[in-house]
Amino acid sequence: MRKQFVSTLIDIANHDDRVVLLTADLGFMVLEPFAEHHPDRFFNVGVAEANMMSLAAGMANEGLIPFCYSIATFASMRGYEQFRNGAVLHQLPVRIVGIGGGFAYGTAGPTHHALEDIALMRVQPGVGIIAPADDGQVDRALRDHYARPQPMYLRLAKETASHPELDGRFRWGRLEVIGDGDIVIVAIGSMTGVALEVRRQLQAAGIQTAVAVAASIAPAPTDDLVALLSSKGACITLEDHRPIGGLGSLVAETIADHGMGVRLVRCGVTDPTGETTGSEEYLRRRNGLDVNGVMAAVRRTGLVPA
Amino acid sequence: MAGGNTTQTLSSVRVRRLIIEQSKRAHVGHIGSALSIADILVALFSGTVDAETDVFILSKGHAALALYCVLAELGMISHEQLDTYCGDDTQLGVHPDHTLAGITFSTGSLGHGPSLGAGVALAKRIAGKPGRVFVLMSDAELNEGSVWEAVMFAGHHKLDNLTVILDNNGQQALAPTAEVINLSGVDRLVQTLGWESLRVDGHNVDALTAALAAQIPGRPLFVIADTVAGKGVSFMERQVKWHYLPVDDEQFAQAMGEIG
Repeated sequence: MRKQFVSTLIDIANHDDRVVLLTADLGFMVLEPFAEHHPDRFFNVGVAEANMMSLAAGMANEGLIPFCYSIATFASMRGYEQFRNGAVLHQLPVRIVGIGGGFAYGTAGPTHHALEDIALMRVQPGVGIIAPADDGQVDRALRDHYARPQPMYLRLAKETASHPELDGRFRWGRLEVIGDGDIVIVAIGSMTGVALEVRRQLQAAGIQTAVAVAASIAPAPTDDLVALLSSKGACITLEDHRPIGGLGSLVAETIADHGMGVRLVRCGVTDPTGETTGSEEYLRRRNGLDVNGVMAAVRRTGLVPA
Repeated sequence: MAGGNTTQTLSSVRVRRLIIEQSKRAHVGHIGSALSIADILVALFSGTVDAETDVFILSKGHAALALYCVLAELGMISHEQLDTYCGDDTQLGVHPDHTLAGITFSTGSLGHGPSLGAGVALAKRIAGKPGRVFVLMSDAELNEGSVWEAVMFAGHHKLDNLTVILDNNGQQALAPTAEVINLSGVDRLVQTLGWESLRVDGHNVDALTAALAAQIPGRPLFVIADTVAGKGVSFMERQVKWHYLPVDDEQFAQAMGEIG
């Protein structure tokens, strides 16, 4: 997704000279093409995320559209107060680009695992939060929405991904739904691949499910969730994030706010902080975020045979 | 954007009287900080800051009362608006709000102004726009790490359209700055990092105006304005408690008498 982001941003910047790219000294073998195409609009600000956030607010106030690139943890947390008092308070078009949500940085360890970034961004008013499922969504979301007036947080996976079922669809404040069934799996980002595999396995067993991709976390796809879940038996949320404050919370709040009776099972990262580390695959498995873990969550709904 | 009107004569005495009056009326402190920057603001808004092209950022947001008084004197806000200071449903809180005429950035959390200013300065350069950026900060703000991130960045990128004015009153919330974190060598520090540094009497408007006019190609400007917290009111000068306290009737009368 990183490379797709850069490729699309170069194209956008070819046509819009308001676009600038700032990085806090990260993006080796990723950002160079942008720097080559637009050397006058690329700034490595150094390892200084707090400064990057306020620089971006100052630049946006002058009419530019700055993208602030770093690993998701540093991008979302190190300059959080600067983002809050700058881009959010003044509602300026600053874009934080957080790379590697969840366990994408695996063995790099807990300092590099972004497990609460969505929660932090959700509580800030007027911030768009986009967590694309694949490269097609990255491209569509950027092209259609890069110039919106409010601040945004883009949570991008490191690796490239493509889900033909999505066909690159992305709509602001909407769900993209694949298939139908009494069980709905709502997923974000790279968890979409796990959700689709679970759907395939259940389908093979004769059980129909819908996979709803919530790439637009804010604005929340509230209307779509209400319409989708009101007649369903169960909903499973799937996120590489703490179950508090992220997608699971969003869906739980929506169900409660609208008095719906749908059974909800939230899958997220429940490991105590920093207990162990390892590959993304291993850490997902530990937290029940692999196919087997999600199948177990589906069984907990009571709607499929044990 | 805040800007000075060259046809209007700003008076430090009038600004100081307004500060004391508003503080008394609203029963709100931060008088010492406001009096400390009164002359700096008068110098800035008596022709230095160009309302059309320049941006002013009050990084030490807790001294906003002084800025409100200047904006009222310039007619950018009305004196009726000034009288809403620290009331309910006001745009004039203790810290400045960007929804108010003459305020570009809301501030209040320390150490943000230099980075915001560097961002504006860089954007002006990218867009080929004229104008300077002035950031007024407190000496205690030098404790914030983000200030140094901004100082390093602006020096490296030679943002000569950026000027930081340090309200060097030697006092912070709990104690003299020299006792908390001694940064008496700040002039050499910023010079090492690519800035031009000037030292000036922060209560001499002519000296301030001359210092602020200095622009050195390729070097952002750092003006160390030596000031006295509570300047102009003898019993407030260099007293930590006047960072906090409002005045009573007796103190009000004495303060107004001394200011003249």
